[in-house]
Amino acid sequence: MNQNFEPKIIAFLCNWCSYAALDLAGTSRMKYPPNFLVVRVMCSGRVDPQFVLEAFRRGADGVLVAGCHPGDCHYIEGNIKTLRRMTLLKRMLEEFGIEKERFRLEWISAAEADKFVKVANEMFEQIKALGPLKLKEVNTHE
Amino acid sequence: MKEVVINPITRLEGHGKIVIILDDAGNCVKAYLQVPELRGFEIFAIGRHAEDMPQITSRICGVCPTAHHMASTKALDDLYKVEPPEPAKKIREMFYNIFMLEDHALHFYILAGPDFIVGPKAPKEERNVVGVIKKVGTEVGLRIIQTRKKLRKLLETIGGKTIHPVLGLPGGISKPLSQEVVETARKVSEEAVQFAEFTYKVFKDVVLANKEYVDLITSEAYTHRTYYMGLVDEKNRVNFYDGKLRVVSPRGIEHAKFDVHQYLDYIAEHVEPWTYIKFPYLKKIGWKGLIDGEDSGVMSVAPLARLNAADGMATPRAQEAYEEMYQILGGKPVHHTLANHWARVIEIIYAAERFRELAHDPDIESKEVRNLPTATPEEGIGVVEAPRGTLIHHYQTDQNGVIKKANLLVATQHNAARIALSVDKAARNLVKAGQIEQGILNMVEMAFRSYDPCHACGTHSLPGGLSVKFYLYDTNGQLLRVVDSEELI
Amino acid sequence: MNKPKIALYWCASCGGCEEAQVDLAEKILDLVNLVDIVFWPVAMDYKLEDVEKLPDGSITASLINGGIRLSEHEYVVKLLRKKSKLVVAYGACSAWGGVPGLANLYSREEILKYVYHEAPTVENPQKIQPQLKIKAEEGATLELPEVFPRLLPLDLVVDVDYYIPGCPPTPDVTWKAIETLLSGNLPAKGSVLGALDKSLCYDCPLNETKPEKVLIKDIKRPHEVIADPSKCLLTQGLMCLGPVTRGGCGALCIKAAMPCTGCFGPLNEVMDYGGKAASYFASIIDYSDEEEIKKVLGKILDPMGIFYRYSLPASRLRGKITVMRR
Ligand code: SF4
Ligand code: SF4
Ligand code: SF4
Ligand code: FES
Repeated sequence: MNQNFEPKIIAFLCNWCSYAALDLAGTSRMKYPPNFLVVRVMCSGRVDPQFVLEAFRRGADGVLVAGCHPGDCHYIEGNIKTLRRMTLLKRMLEEFGIEKERFRLEWISAAEADKFVKVANEMFEQIKALGPLKLKEVNTHE
Repeated sequence: MKEVVINPITRLEGHGKIVIILDDAGNCVKAYLQVPELRGFEIFAIGRHAEDMPQITSRICGVCPTAHHMASTKALDDLYKVEPPEPAKKIREMFYNIFMLEDHALHFYILAGPDFIVGPKAPKEERNVVGVIKKVGTEVGLRIIQTRKKLRKLLETIGGKTIHPVLGLPGGISKPLSQEVVETARKVSEEAVQFAEFTYKVFKDVVLANKEYVDLITSEAYTHRTYYMGLVDEKNRVNFYDGKLRVVSPRGIEHAKFDVHQYLDYIAEHVEPWTYIKFPYLKKIGWKGLIDGEDSGVMSVAPLARLNAADGMATPRAQEAYEEMYQILGGKPVHHTLANHWARVIEIIYAAERFRELAHDPDIESKEVRNLPTATPEEGIGVVEAPRGTLIHHYQTDQNGVIKKANLLVATQHNAARIALSVDKAARNLVKAGQIEQGILNMVEMAFRSYDPCHACGTHSLPGGLSVKFYLYDTNGQLLRVVDSEELI
Repeated sequence: MNKPKIALYWCASCGGCEEAQVDLAEKILDLVNLVDIVFWPVAMDYKLEDVEKLPDGSITASLINGGIRLSEHEYVVKLLRKKSKLVVAYGACSAWGGVPGLANLYSREEILKYVYHEAPTVENPQKIQPQLKIKAEEGATLELPEVFPRLLPLDLVVDVDYYIPGCPPTPDVTWKAIETLLSGNLPAKGSVLGALDKSLCYDCPLNETKPEKVLIKDIKRPHEVIADPSKCLLTQGLMCLGPVTRGGCGALCIKAAMPCTGCFGPLNEVMDYGGKAASYFASIIDYSDEEEIKKVLGKILDPMGIFYRYSLPASRLRGKITVMRR
């Protein structure tokens, strides 16, 4: 394992819950790895599987999508759609050869700063152990 | 040791290359036909839903997609152990015969026609479809184009798409025929039979009436004594859609007759390090190298092989033509590669007659065209006669019908050894004392064309003439000079 | 007046795209009146050297089909790029990789191993495998071209101006595209020619039976049901890709009661057809419970082959990342 490897992880966070949880974690001075690049979305339902694929394409070593708990979505069903989409996407990512630890869908409410921190730490450790995603090596023509 | 490479730089780009090796006296000692093509369909079939295979495998060849589609569909019937209803089988066979007719017609008039109708020695500028039309007349030319167009339109109406059809499903076809389609099919089938008879007349008038052509057909340069394989019905007559595989020896004696499920007992493939194509051979005889004769496992497929492997044709006019050919060429089997053209015309007649027979069968009006599968899938094998010969698809799946393993034996491949033999023989006859004789290009080309190999059928569409280059090398592999095919013709 | 020059070329093609061009039938004669075809290996005798001799930029448009799999393909398309004002990807293989692009799920080595050693018919005790360079018994060296590790769509190798969709494009679409190319009134670079800007559903005779918002409780594979040919196939649970596929083919498959498999590719602004298609299908599954959702989606055992049937090499990830570390 490359000790110097600093994974790049993209986090798509719902404005109303998971993003708030991240905020709370910050203000409460909880410790989580600085490797997360946060993209704030109005609802997890806004996250198209294409965004996840694009994130990996552009060099992400992991992607996290987080939204409100089922039943709590501000747009009623947004997170349910996300659940359906990401369920299928997960299987496709594995077929692309992307290890399942590199992609996570989580429900994190505004109050669950501790859950956010736990998820972030776990992802960081797992991806660090996996090493970088070597897309460029296979795609010789790019 | 010198080396000549015929690299068909435009026409066969990425699809074929001929290397000729000369001894110190400059005589050809060996010629290699290399097929630089590898796409891996068998590998990426793994993981696919089995029912998608008829549409996936048709992309192996856009010239004969229907053959792959049908072999694959039949493998699915077998995989799911489901018999299609009688009407579905008849519609499939009719569909298939329309395709065979249309494809053979394309080959006869447009690909090989220039050699025979216009003449092998005609100027290059005339050896193309325009030359064919000039020779047979504009009216006839238009008739060829229009008949083909009607047949292809009918394929689209029945199969969804002409190129890469979609009708095949395990246990039948996707949709019954409307009354309107049935009427059209009946009408078109009458025209098809007339067209076939007319084609036979063209062949007789232009080719058979000309002694020079007949001599060419029977010349030793184009003769190989190999085994022949093809599908036959219960009376040992040619059938494109179904039956048993029959193999006859160079002496015309039945070597084997087997159900396609036993193909692994009879056919094996040999690998050579200098080409991507594999060489199927008769397993019971074994691979003895690229040689012909009774003791060599080399076999051939395609129209002439089919006729050789059978005892006759199942329709009257085709049967007459069949008898006529063997009578003129001196009995069975016929070993002259160029007689493939003749055999193809006989098959055009059969396909048209069979099409008419099935189009008039009241069964094709039935709405019962699917039986739903109930069995758990495991393994399935399907076979058809593609225009270019026997085609076998073999799949193994998990219990959900996802492909675990696939094996495909493609028509052109069965002929690979015999084509290699033809090329070698032509080169040995025609490359002497360092001189590349003019005739060689045309010889090689004509030998090639008569088999209508898939990678070449797509490459010779309109004007004749392989555009090739010879690279002359000295012993150390130094390039001495490049001879353009233009300089030789 | 000088007629515009057109070149037609094929790379790793099945030949279906050529057949489709030949299916223009009488229109070919119109075409010949309108343009000079300077290169068309499948049908005409002009050679690569003739193209090499042409001044740069002198070909009005080159229509190229088939994906890029061999170094030779790369050479020719780069040459055509130099000689042409416009380069057009013709057909699914050229535009996005096509069906042969599914090979990108496997490595070249896996393909070689199976084809030459493991296929059930192969008898190869000496473990022979085709070599890029080998000395023949008679002394000469025989060479085979190298197969690229991956199949590539045209626009990953050269700059592409326009796309003509379909596997193969229909004669109708082909003709419309040619008319546009010759009109002098060119659309924006990167546009798709000859087809619609709307989804296949708009072009589909069954569209009126399709509700505003489709929701399905179950997914059916084509061999499991006898489809009602007069009702939207999607509402019958069949995975019809019509809603996410560009229209223009005339709904050929649907007319044969088979679901669209997406050969006309993505609509404008879609960056990953398979991602988009998967997203659409997952979102119409009419369940909210994770287990139920998993169960229904579990009927799709081959999402890659279904959603990326024609476009894996053009997907964001191009194919399988083979360098798995475990
Ligand atoms: S797009 Fe389809 S028809 Fe054209 S070459 Fe590719 S597989 Fe063949
Ligand atoms: S989903 Fe398919 S069948 Fe339904 S309207 Fe769209 S294209 Fe037609
Ligand atoms: S229906 Fe779909 S798959 Fe069939 S031809 Fe049209 S776009 Fe292609
Ligand atoms: S608003 Fe948070 S997931 Fe929809």
